[in-house]
Amino acid sequence: MKQQLGIKVYYRSTIRTFAVIGILSSMICIMAFGLNTEKHVIHHSASIIPVVKKDSVASVNAFKQVYAVLTSPRCMNCHPSGDTPLQGEDSHLHTMSPERGVEGKGVYAMKCSNCHQPTNTPGLHSPPGNPNWHLPPADMKMVFQGRTAHQLAKQLIDPKQNGYKDLEKLIEHADDGLVLAGWNPGEGRKLPPMSHAAFKKAWITWLTTGAYAPEEK
Amino acid sequence: MTTITINGKQHQLDVDPHMPLLWVIRDIIGLTGTKFGCGVAQCGACVVHLNGEAVRSCVTKLSRAAGQNVVTIEGLSKNNNHPAQIAWNEENVPQCGYCHSGQIMSAAVLLRENANPSDEDIDAAMAGNICRCGTYHRIRKAIHLAAQLQRKEFPSR
Repeated sequence: MKQQLGIKVYYRSTIRTFAVIGILSSMICIMAFGLNTEKHVIHHSASIIPVVKKDSVASVNAFKQVYAVLTSPRCMNCHPSGDTPLQGEDSHLHTMSPERGVEGKGVYAMKCSNCHQPTNTPGLHSPPGNPNWHLPPADMKMVFQGRTAHQLAKQLIDPKQNGYKDLEKLIEHADDGLVLAGWNPGEGRKLPPMSHAAFKKAWITWLTTGAYAPEEK
Repeated sequence: MTTITINGKQHQLDVDPHMPLLWVIRDIIGLTGTKFGCGVAQCGACVVHLNGEAVRSCVTKLSRAAGQNVVTIEGLSKNNNHPAQIAWNEENVPQCGYCHSGQIMSAAVLLRENANPSDEDIDAAMAGNICRCGTYHRIRKAIHLAAQLQRKEFPSR
């Protein structure tokens, strides 16, 4: 009898142990899931840790806005398909045919900052300025010109084509000084089709809902 | 007051820091070899070296050059004997001459960075310097000659 009682007690305690482990595991999973869905972006003191909640419809819709901005002259003119930047609302080849160079900063006597000053030069259609004026470098050309929405979306998140930027770095890039310069283009140039705030919101939404690429038409 | 070094000489200037460097060089310092062409960085007549780079002084504000080293055509060499200057003379490059201080300053940057430039390198470097007399073929010839002279003078380059 005593032996049978002992076996029963042993089984009960084992079942209780497994039950407790099970409940605790479930709680951890629920907590983790909650973290994952509660916020898209968790702000820490030094950096932003993005969290993805996949939603292909929201993602593709957000990218439509992103694409409209990236293919506007203010962005695309410095993301040409060749090695010469573009100019103007019609995105014609830059006069004087400056070349990209290895670092994207021009070559010899034709370096970008020889004409493009740290700030916009006053006067209609005068050279716009930024302290870090450049094209993407030769080993990471990040072409916008001629890319479909599908191609561009895929390219933007491909580490081999985006300078090994992860989600966090991609989000940060929305506030890059030269990206912001698109909204301060100097006299006589049109702004991108939406505000920087609206663009940044769409950019982050696209990335944090899974960075889905629109289907090829 | 703004401190600026032009051709090795330091100047203390009490002028608007937004003044174009070209005006400072020509009107304040009195060095008139650098020319005014278009005023909007489109022609290259005003090229000077700012810390060795061929900037267009018509759109470069004095504030950008503050505390920096500027070299104009007058300071490119001690005796007008920079290889580009010798070659320009040898090949009789200028016609009216107005654009050539800018042309030579741009060529000097090319020759510093590329000891043996090809025609394509020359085109890439000089595309921003316009010559209304159309001396481009002589400019190209002179740069090839200057590269030869430079290699003789500095065989290690």
